[in-house]
Amino acid sequence: MADATLQHGSVQHDSSQRDSLQHGLPGEYEAPLFGAYSKKVGMWLFLASDSLTFGALLVAFSYNRIYTAWPTPFGKDSIINATIMTACLLSSSLTMVLGVLAAQRGDRSWTRNWLLATMFFGTAFIVLHGMEWSKLISEGLTLPGFPKIAGAEGEFAKVSASTPQFPATFFGLTAMHMLHVTIGVIYLGVIALRKWFLAILGVIYVAGYFLIPSNNIFHYGIHALLICLIVASVILFLKPKDYDAHDVEVSGLYWHFVDLVWMFIFPLVYLMSTRV
Amino acid sequence: MTHDAATHDDSKGQYFWVWGALLVLTAIEVVLAYRQVFQPVRMLEVLLLLSVIKSALIIGYFMHLKFEKALMRWLLVISVTACFIIMYFFFFPDAGRVLRLGVQ
Repeated sequence: MADATLQHGSVQHDSSQRDSLQHGLPGEYEAPLFGAYSKKVGMWLFLASDSLTFGALLVAFSYNRIYTAWPTPFGKDSIINATIMTACLLSSSLTMVLGVLAAQRGDRSWTRNWLLATMFFGTAFIVLHGMEWSKLISEGLTLPGFPKIAGAEGEFAKVSASTPQFPATFFGLTAMHMLHVTIGVIYLGVIALRKWFLAILGVIYVAGYFLIPSNNIFHYGIHALLICLIVASVILFLKPKDYDAHDVEVSGLYWHFVDLVWMFIFPLVYLMSTRV
Repeated sequence: MTHDAATHDDSKGQYFWVWGALLVLTAIEVVLAYRQVFQPVRMLEVLLLLSVIKSALIIGYFMHLKFEKALMRWLLVISVTACFIIMYFFFFPDAGRVLRLGVQ
């Protein structure tokens, strides 16, 4: 796979030992595990464990649904919105895989372009999901810790009162997924733009904090960006590097996993609770 | 990436086909659910079957697991599936027990 790695001409190594440590040459300095380089195996193991996290949340959702008189509150607007969100995620997976192919060809500019396209679709998903959340909360679907909204007495207020398991599992499951998508967008931003992305992320965080009203749950949720900004800064300043084709492929594994999880959340949470 | 993976057909066309198939399967899911073609339990079975097909396409093609070594492929699939089966046998009989006890 050495030929499939982005070349970094500016990096010069004097000894053959340091040459062998140049990234993009797996197998020359480490025994491949399962025929794959260690970063990829590590990501697969993380995804296997993360799939159990989502599996537990989906089981909790289904468990509650089995023994509860479950509401079917999602009307046409919600289903159309969730379908567009699904199309965004599926399209982002296509652009991600095209980015991986570009990275393996050594085409750095198209790698960046495809990663930015993936981030665009991911951001569109987050924004659409945020709008859906805000709409549901404004109609009364809420949890005890959420900010109170005056006049939120719609049909969903009855759902929150009669079946608190519904908002608890709905918000728990979709928040966990939205967090994963957010982390994925930031991960791709770091791979694509490196330190430049930190400034962009900082601006988005500050703008979001001041522009989102304080009675909106995302006024508090946006602090996740601050945590990600700190973590990304530590990583980029402690270990600055050019990200190669392997890094792009590993980030792609994470991104596709986020897409994969939504393939179960969408039918279980939305389609099985459709109000016709 | 293995040598097998490096030499597999990396043509872009297959990814567009997979993407199209995923969109079509999603559209089928939405139509089935919105028109309520089946009763809830049968609907759940059909939607989950379609989701498993979609996830297999994503894992196999987009995540390239189809092109990894057989050992890695089977180890991952079998271990994760086994964990889900264990979860199922732990939790769902209990949910059924709550129903049989008549708790609303």
